[in-house]
Amino acid sequence: MLRTRIKDYRSENRLFAVRAIQAIAFVLILLIILISRLVFLQVYEYDTYATLSKENRVKLVAVAPTRGIIFDRNGKVLAESQPSYSLEITPERVKDLEAAINEIAQIIPIDKLDRSRFYKIKKRRPAFEGIPLRLNMTDEEVARVAVEQHRLPGVDIVARLVRHYPQKEHAVHAIGYVGRISEQELETVDQSNYRSTNHIGKLGIEKHYEHLLHGSVGVQQVEINARGRILKKLESVAAQPGRNLHMTIDSNLQRIAEEALGEENGAVVAIEPETGDVLVFASQPGYDPNLFVNGIDHKTYNAYNTSENKPLNNRALYGRYPPGSTIKPFVALTGLETNVIQHDHNTSCPGYFRLPGDTHKYRCWKQHGHGPVDLNKSIVQSCDVFYYELARMIKIDPLHDYMKLFGFGVKTGVDLLETRHEPSGLFPSSAWKRRVKKQPWYPGETLITGIGQGFTLVTPLQLAVATATMANRGKLIKPRLVREIENIRSGEKQQIAPILVNKINIVENDHWLQVIGAMKDVIHTPRGTARRLNKDIPYTIAGKTGTAQVIGIKQNEKYDESKVLKKHQDHALFIAFAPVENPKIAVAVIVENGGHGGATAAPVAGKIIRSWLMPKIESGEIQLPTEEVEEEPDNE
Amino acid sequence: MNELLHRLHLDALLLFGIMTLCLFSMLVLYSAGGQETDILVKQGIRLLSGFFVMFMLAQFSPQFMRSWTPWVYSLGIILLILVLTHGVQAKGAQRWLDVFGLFRFQPSEIMKLALPLMVARFLSEYELPPRIPRLIVAAILIGVPFALIIKQPDLGTSLLIGASGFFVVFLAGIRWKYLISLTIAGVAMLPLAWYFLLHDYQKTRVLTLLNPESDPLNAGWHTIQAKIAIGSGGTYGKGWLNGTQSQLEFLPERHTDFIFAVIGEEFGLMGLLILLAAYLFITARGLYIATYGQDTFSRLLAGSLSLTFFIYVFVNIGMVSGILPVVGLPLPLISYGGTSIVTLMAGFGMIMSVQTHKKLFRHEDF
Repeated sequence: MLRTRIKDYRSENRLFAVRAIQAIAFVLILLIILISRLVFLQVYEYDTYATLSKENRVKLVAVAPTRGIIFDRNGKVLAESQPSYSLEITPERVKDLEAAINEIAQIIPIDKLDRSRFYKIKKRRPAFEGIPLRLNMTDEEVARVAVEQHRLPGVDIVARLVRHYPQKEHAVHAIGYVGRISEQELETVDQSNYRSTNHIGKLGIEKHYEHLLHGSVGVQQVEINARGRILKKLESVAAQPGRNLHMTIDSNLQRIAEEALGEENGAVVAIEPETGDVLVFASQPGYDPNLFVNGIDHKTYNAYNTSENKPLNNRALYGRYPPGSTIKPFVALTGLETNVIQHDHNTSCPGYFRLPGDTHKYRCWKQHGHGPVDLNKSIVQSCDVFYYELARMIKIDPLHDYMKLFGFGVKTGVDLLETRHEPSGLFPSSAWKRRVKKQPWYPGETLITGIGQGFTLVTPLQLAVATATMANRGKLIKPRLVREIENIRSGEKQQIAPILVNKINIVENDHWLQVIGAMKDVIHTPRGTARRLNKDIPYTIAGKTGTAQVIGIKQNEKYDESKVLKKHQDHALFIAFAPVENPKIAVAVIVENGGHGGATAAPVAGKIIRSWLMPKIESGEIQLPTEEVEEEPDNE
Repeated sequence: MNELLHRLHLDALLLFGIMTLCLFSMLVLYSAGGQETDILVKQGIRLLSGFFVMFMLAQFSPQFMRSWTPWVYSLGIILLILVLTHGVQAKGAQRWLDVFGLFRFQPSEIMKLALPLMVARFLSEYELPPRIPRLIVAAILIGVPFALIIKQPDLGTSLLIGASGFFVVFLAGIRWKYLISLTIAGVAMLPLAWYFLLHDYQKTRVLTLLNPESDPLNAGWHTIQAKIAIGSGGTYGKGWLNGTQSQLEFLPERHTDFIFAVIGEEFGLMGLLILLAAYLFITARGLYIATYGQDTFSRLLAGSLSLTFFIYVFVNIGMVSGILPVVGLPLPLISYGGTSIVTLMAGFGMIMSVQTHKKLFRHEDF
């Protein structure tokens, strides 16, 4: 046994040695192939290539495409590419660089960073090419240099296209901004297409539609001499400019929303129910996107970041709030449509609700109760007890299933960023609680879910979508921020069709009329929580106020607005659509720490609705029903 | 000196060859990278980490590496599958794994070492030359990672990894009749591969090789400019920092994949011959170490790693000088950057381990 093993090793050694020699022979053959190729190129064909090299005059220069322009729905420019002036020095035309830079520094400010960047770029470029010293010069600086230019040979002012947001913080959370491409981003795009592009969409529409806005790179062949100077421009493949985008945002309406919110923190989203067009997408406060284009300085960025008002937060898209009482019309409709209650259902409100066998009091906001309450009164006066009882009757899982149809707890799929980043909000179910909290569902949680408290969270965009779905009598249309893509080269305009996400199966049309009628009474009856809105309007509004608690109140304590810090005060909410008969606009408003919805949030919605509808009514675009027609279905 | 290096488990001659090339790399990079020192510092850091990995691996004995082989190979396969399911997309291929957002790496790098290890271990367990059933299993061991990498798609890497496995089989003494039948079968498969395996961009590269002038602005640009750079260098070259092709930026990728053309332009045929001699020296030293390895596993491993190293050189130079299609592959030890340098140095560490961990007999005994 041992002998054969040893013998095997010996023969294996010999075998390997033979193979190693064969391998070296193989290596030598490959080397001979390479060497013959090199001799062929460098000796035999030397003359040809030497000439080609001397005459190698055609160089390729990448030409960056012009980024598409972003317009609002009326053609107002929201983002464009504007020439930005920079000062460039061509080293070979300047005798003493340092002296020249010092001289320029006497005319316009040049800081340390400018200098170090200049010398860094200079090392990489031939002496006959201009190297930027100062970027983003103001008109005044350009003028001052121009006056002195005769005694500054080799100094030029050059214009480049840079992204500019003429409206500054206006609608910034929808538009987003571009910034310098990072190395990581470069890995995710086609690098050859971004050869001479410096900026890429970082947020908002600018990011979501980057592939359309960017365009494709052009190539310019230039003839240069042996030292690299450009002599002549030869044929070129022109850069294809990016597509222009026409947003659904109405800049005027957006501005009214932003001004109506004023100094308050909050968000407003308005949607055209029929198309899903987002007319207003406001999140206050905003910030100036222009600061981010060429890299924001640390001081400003830190100020933005540490500010208590969080201007960088996109509240309309990412803000998650308890919907509070704005959820009540939806719960009422669930009760009717799932046949849990009838249209004449009523209850009595003593100011609190108790689960059988439990001493805990679930309180109504009205301390001494609303007395007898029917469905209409429950919405008009926002009675909590009615909904504690109703939610308990519907039960949490059927409620969750029906609310989902309005988009509660579901991503809207809006064309902003990648949808995976959009929060889905939350509408709880027993399965959700088992999965996430590893706990069973408690009956008390159903009660507070019924009044929009507890686990439930919505984004302002979701709330607006749900409101538009109510206005649409159950048709959930996907919200969108861009409605037309324009190819400026071909002049072709591509309209984006509205997308129907789902349509709620209507069991009884009267149920919807009853709930919407109650929402109308919120504004148009003397006891409605948003009655202030009905002054001097020729059209009708359906709405619902809401208040969302920021801090918990103990059982026997009373919430007193005046005693609570501003940042702990309740959030004010309001949803509305108008005109009731043929809705043209649906709005959701959230004013952070704004107290009661009827007082702070509703007026904002009122202004937006008025500004949207009045011009259209005056021009006859919207026909209002005559008084008699209005009487029929709504007033009961 | 020699004795000291041996005790550190380093091989003096191999180390000498590697260091020479690394120093030469710095010289060329300074010229090709636009005479910037940043790039030299970065490359220096990469090389240092490479040397560190080499040193560490040289400390493990071949027996130890052998015992870990199946685990490393399995891990490599799992990571390759993860790349396909969870990998990061970049430039149309899915080759990277994102590790908790900290860094990215290509699992195919692990396979470059794991595959020769695995095949060497598998074949060395039984009598050589391997018989048909063994060969079939070996083909599966090679075929699985090969297919996974081709899926990414990364044709160049998959072919090179396949080659490293093939070298083990060759050195293990596969009979010529099998080898010849395999070659014939492979050639017969080529038309099928053309239609079913190759992506359009890969076909373009092959077609461009045949007629680079057909597409002078895009794919052919690299090849044309590289040929002009090498050809115009002539016998003695234009001199360091004087290559017009590279200094005027006609030559794309001049500090990475196409750095060979810069050397050809600035140092001429003489410079290239010296460079090739250095590569031959390293390869031959590796094969010498393999031949006198202590056991079959060590021999197969060291032999395969040395030949693979040479194939990298051959493919890069073949691509730059226009006799092979353009596959993104750096020139070993010279090109700037890449994680590949660490893998390469790890391979050298293993070869050194084979040389310096011999016990019982010295090679003179044979």
